[in-house]
Amino acid sequence: MDSALIPKGVKRCPFGLFLVWIGILQIPFLIGVIAYLVCWGLALNQTYLNNNYPFGLWIAADLGIIALGGGAFFTAFLRYIIKIDELKNIVNFATVIGVMCYAAALGILAVDIGQPLRGWHIFWHANVHSMLTEVAFCISCYFTVLLIEYLPLVLENREINKFGFPRSFAHHLHEAMPAIAAIGVFLSFFHQGSLGGVPSVLYGRPFAYREGFLVWPWTFFLFILSAMACGPCFTILITRITETFAKKQLVKRNVIDILAKISGWLLGGYLVLKIIDTISWGVSLAPSVGAPAGSFYANQPYGWWVLITEVGILGIIPCIILLSTRARQNQPLLILACLLNCAGIFMNRWIMSVQTLAVPVMSFDKFFSYHPNWAEWASTLMWVWLSAIVISISYRYLPIFPQEKELNPL
Amino acid sequence: MKEEHGHRPGKKTYKYGMVIDLDKCTGCGACMVACMAENNISFRKDETNKLVSNFWMRVYKITNGRSFPDTDVCYIPRPCMHCEGHGHHHHTPCVSVCPACATDYDHETGIVSQIYTRCFGCRYCMAACPYHARVFNWWDPSWPKGMEKYLSPDVSPRMRGVVEKCTFCHHRLQRARNKTYSEGRREIREDEYQTACTQACPAGAITFGDLKNPEHKVHKLVEEGKKKKIAFRLLEKLGTNPKVYYVSTKDWVQKAADVYLGEEGKPVTHA
Repeated sequence: MDSALIPKGVKRCPFGLFLVWIGILQIPFLIGVIAYLVCWGLALNQTYLNNNYPFGLWIAADLGIIALGGGAFFTAFLRYIIKIDELKNIVNFATVIGVMCYAAALGILAVDIGQPLRGWHIFWHANVHSMLTEVAFCISCYFTVLLIEYLPLVLENREINKFGFPRSFAHHLHEAMPAIAAIGVFLSFFHQGSLGGVPSVLYGRPFAYREGFLVWPWTFFLFILSAMACGPCFTILITRITETFAKKQLVKRNVIDILAKISGWLLGGYLVLKIIDTISWGVSLAPSVGAPAGSFYANQPYGWWVLITEVGILGIIPCIILLSTRARQNQPLLILACLLNCAGIFMNRWIMSVQTLAVPVMSFDKFFSYHPNWAEWASTLMWVWLSAIVISISYRYLPIFPQEKELNPL
Repeated sequence: MKEEHGHRPGKKTYKYGMVIDLDKCTGCGACMVACMAENNISFRKDETNKLVSNFWMRVYKITNGRSFPDTDVCYIPRPCMHCEGHGHHHHTPCVSVCPACATDYDHETGIVSQIYTRCFGCRYCMAACPYHARVFNWWDPSWPKGMEKYLSPDVSPRMRGVVEKCTFCHHRLQRARNKTYSEGRREIREDEYQTACTQACPAGAITFGDLKNPEHKVHKLVEEGKKKKIAFRLLEKLGTNPKVYYVSTKDWVQKAADVYLGEEGKPVTHA
């Protein structure tokens, strides 16, 4: 039925089966839509957020998703600026993942803010001192860049490409891609870093507060590095999930190996700096405000295990796997490393946002715990299902994987 | 003349602040009630979950942790601290982070205000405030039927989805300014601008005025408190530079005011 739209030389499942698949994905997606409507219609009292936890799952997810979406800018950087040619075989898919990650980040912010219709105030009444202003500007601009990077893929659809204007426009966009990618890289460096600055400029919250270089706290640089380290792993992970559902190999293993190796080195560098930063905070900054480092880990569930899990299990272990050629080429181990790396980044973002608020600052303040409710989960996970739908449609109709024909001859 | 960081050269500036005598406070909560009535703070039928309640002024109860007969209790009323912040740019913790300039530090009065119609509810300012002085409107504001008639016409009720906080009864300052202007005067007298909590406190524990003015009682109380080493501010070590001072002769109360209990035994740093 839709065979005219499917790229030449590749095989796709029957249209009916595809519709069933999209229909299944729409069920949890619609639950997410209901959660959105409930939060917008009845206000944020429908969540478990409160005055002690003004930030919760939504902000942690935003920080995490943007780090995972870092695979788009970093792969584009490696492909177009560092000129690693093999990565042309995965850069398209990294872009699709990036588009959905950033769409999710913006979409989650739209439900997180108390007055969504006033969201434009952040641009109109911009406070240049606020890290959030920098984040908002850079994310919006970079999302536009990602859409421009995604556009040629859409225009290369078989039917659209038959027309002269879309064909030539797509060609010109391809020509301009290194420049567009460079703009994207510049914007990404800033907003990934600014996200690190969001908790770390809060000098009233000694758990997150960091000193730094000029106006940028040290976490500004740690967030950039960690996004570069986990973004490629997330791209690998989603590629492998897509391959599992498609029941075929879509990208050659040497391409995956390049990304995994680079990710390993960056993760190693990040971990060294993260450990230095944590020790320096523990021996210098925390005591300077009268609080021994241990006091920040005194409230369960945020005990010392949090730090050990984040740096050790979700940091050092995947780093060792990714740096070892033998371990990296063992596919289950590679997937495990990617999973741990991505989980580590999510945990780091949760710690920097939610744990920061969990630690009582006044001596007579009490600790309260927080966990997200169904509305928060459903509205956050809604973007997972929507992303699956967009990736499924993109995979079916657009030439995303250049090596597919070669790897799967008809 | 060019304005620099909100300062208007030549313009007289004030530094409105508060001194709360914790030895006098009985924890009756009159300040909280007065604040809610004065500032049109909405409430719900069920206010058991205090984490989503709206309080601009909140009274904390602390104890010295000892058993009878050595046990001792202290009540700490906590309005917004109207922090001056650290550095030369007056980077108040909440003001510097608000992405939409919806909260402002007035360099003429030292009052940190909130522009409700500009706030879009990102709650970054709440995360920045270590005193929990900022609250979010999780619900649409509502009052029991008929009570709307008792709302103050000088204070706009806040819509849901925005952050609000103590303003040092800023509308009273406006009223006092109007009065002095209409009477052909330039200076507001000390008694002409007083916050609702100050006037409601039956024990006279709260004193309000211009911290820079040697004629004002707050100035004298702070100076006297510093000399006697009984004046302190909450979380002094963080460098938020609050304009609310506390006075207590009790050593354990002074220690509880600063960051954590980690430095138990060390003397409290005074401003």
